[in-house]
Amino acid sequence: MPAIPRRPRVEILAERAIEVLIRLCGISAILFVFGIFFFVFREGSQLLFHGFNFREFFFSPEWYPDSQSHVRYGALALIAGTASVTLLAMLLAVPFGLGTAVFISEFCGRHAKEALKITVELLAAIPSVVWGFVGLTVMNKVIIQLFHTPIGLNVLNGGVILALMSVPIIVSIGEDALKAVPDSYREAAIALGVTRWQLIHRVLVPAARNGLLAAVLLGVGRAVGETMAVLMATGHAVKIPTSLLDSVRTLTATIAAELGEAAVHSDHYQVLFIIGMLLFTITFAINLAADLIVRGVRRG
Amino acid sequence: MIQRSTSVCYRAAIIRERSCCESRRIFTIGLLALALLDAACAGSKGPNKTVIQDTGSDTMVNLAQAWAEEYAKVDPTVSVEVSGGGSGTGIAALSSGTVDIANCSRRFEAQEVEQARKNTGKAPHEFMVGFDALAVYVNKNNPLNEITIDQLAGIYAEGGKLTKWSQLGVKLPDGFDEIICVGRQSNSGTYFYFREAILGKGRDFKLGSRDMQGSKDVVELVANTPSAIGYSGMGYNTPSVKQLRVSKEAGQPSYAPSVENTLNHTYPIARPLFMYTLGEPTGAVRKYLNWVNSDAGQKIVLQSGYVPLPKTGN
Repeated sequence: MPAIPRRPRVEILAERAIEVLIRLCGISAILFVFGIFFFVFREGSQLLFHGFNFREFFFSPEWYPDSQSHVRYGALALIAGTASVTLLAMLLAVPFGLGTAVFISEFCGRHAKEALKITVELLAAIPSVVWGFVGLTVMNKVIIQLFHTPIGLNVLNGGVILALMSVPIIVSIGEDALKAVPDSYREAAIALGVTRWQLIHRVLVPAARNGLLAAVLLGVGRAVGETMAVLMATGHAVKIPTSLLDSVRTLTATIAAELGEAAVHSDHYQVLFIIGMLLFTITFAINLAADLIVRGVRRG
Repeated sequence: MIQRSTSVCYRAAIIRERSCCESRRIFTIGLLALALLDAACAGSKGPNKTVIQDTGSDTMVNLAQAWAEEYAKVDPTVSVEVSGGGSGTGIAALSSGTVDIANCSRRFEAQEVEQARKNTGKAPHEFMVGFDALAVYVNKNNPLNEITIDQLAGIYAEGGKLTKWSQLGVKLPDGFDEIICVGRQSNSGTYFYFREAILGKGRDFKLGSRDMQGSKDVVELVANTPSAIGYSGMGYNTPSVKQLRVSKEAGQPSYAPSVENTLNHTYPIARPLFMYTLGEPTGAVRKYLNWVNSDAGQKIVLQSGYVPLPKTGN
């Protein structure tokens, strides 16, 4: 038996180094998330703990960050803007997204399935600024003509654009969840003589419930955090919407539009970071909920 | 997906395992290539090419771009890089010392001068480079032709009572009555100037105006929206919008935002356009600014739709 050649030292060391590198990559995601949270918190904390007017922030719609006589930081209209656009987007995207997921997973043939999946993934690859452009130019005119409204940059416009952006996420995660339902469920149900509709309605959707819910929540997270598209499509007007045809401004768009000029460490700058914290909290809660639910899927 | 990517990693691992020497050679070649690339990048800038960073006012961005392009022919050793973003962006960039020239459609505020001095040790140096008659735009189908400063304040100011076109005695052909206010985001010099000139010092805008990110966006939105009114630089005029004639008070004559009306001070909301440097400029920046204020530079102001400085000595 020939002697096993000894591995050169360099090779052993290189392997160690690579191991360490991979481990670092694994931990880095956690480091980054905490790092970002820490940074956002640090930038805003000085004001947050020293005389920040929470009542004004949450209950006043008056957003005057650079007034020369009376500065006011009321974010109610911005919160209402984000909430209204997200809500509309979800009302549109959830039925469409889940419907598409069911269709792809259960109804269409192999070729159609591949084609649809690729197309949906392509939809997810369109940059948000392009969506915003569509909202600003195409949708604006369509809405003006369709609803005979003076301006087409409004909740409806932003909501439709956001819905189009969240559908791919809902579809691909929802489809995965449906695919994860064991075939024995389907076979058992078909053996009992159920129709296709009954199979989906009574067997698959309840079995994949958690995965589908996670898909929806991740879609919501996408909608809440989206900036560029809503900045362009919603009209960017500080206003509590009373109808779908009102212009609004969202939390994210406000940060994007104003952070560039706010003097570093000024109150305005810190308030923008406090808005960042609010957004972080919202998306964190949503993602956490989604995660806990997905965990539920694995156990169940 | 996950399976596919792990198999790729696995294959990569095998390849790495196969020959350590080979990978080391590849690594060396990679390093060499990187070094070459680096040298190439450094070379493309050229040893003699001076770069002037010029950022700020969105009103002036087309003008600044036109200057930069023309100046490239005058002095090929200097390259002027122009970007917009708003006067506030330019001021912030100059105060932190990251640009050579800040374009501003408003003056530095006292506290901004202070901030710049604190950050960089130098005070901003002001150059007036032209004028803009801040134009008020409506859709081309709007029958309105003139407006007073008071009416503008009623439309735009916090607490202003004008919200319907019928209050101005105007009936729009499309039947809309609500006035759609179009404004600018708060780091815009135009926003600042309009607030001070129309609303008066210390007053604020009415909430609910559509705050656009650029001068061009304002005009475009007004062009697409029959019942909108907006303000933007005179250089952004297009055939699908109409510039209103503006008068100081009701009963007084109104004037169009034109070159003559700006130079003879009859147009009430004309404003100077500035370029700022940190301290007295020297070298290439000095030469560039001298050229901007020369006849050749001022001709471009006119071509870009703005008002050149009056000839000195007049």
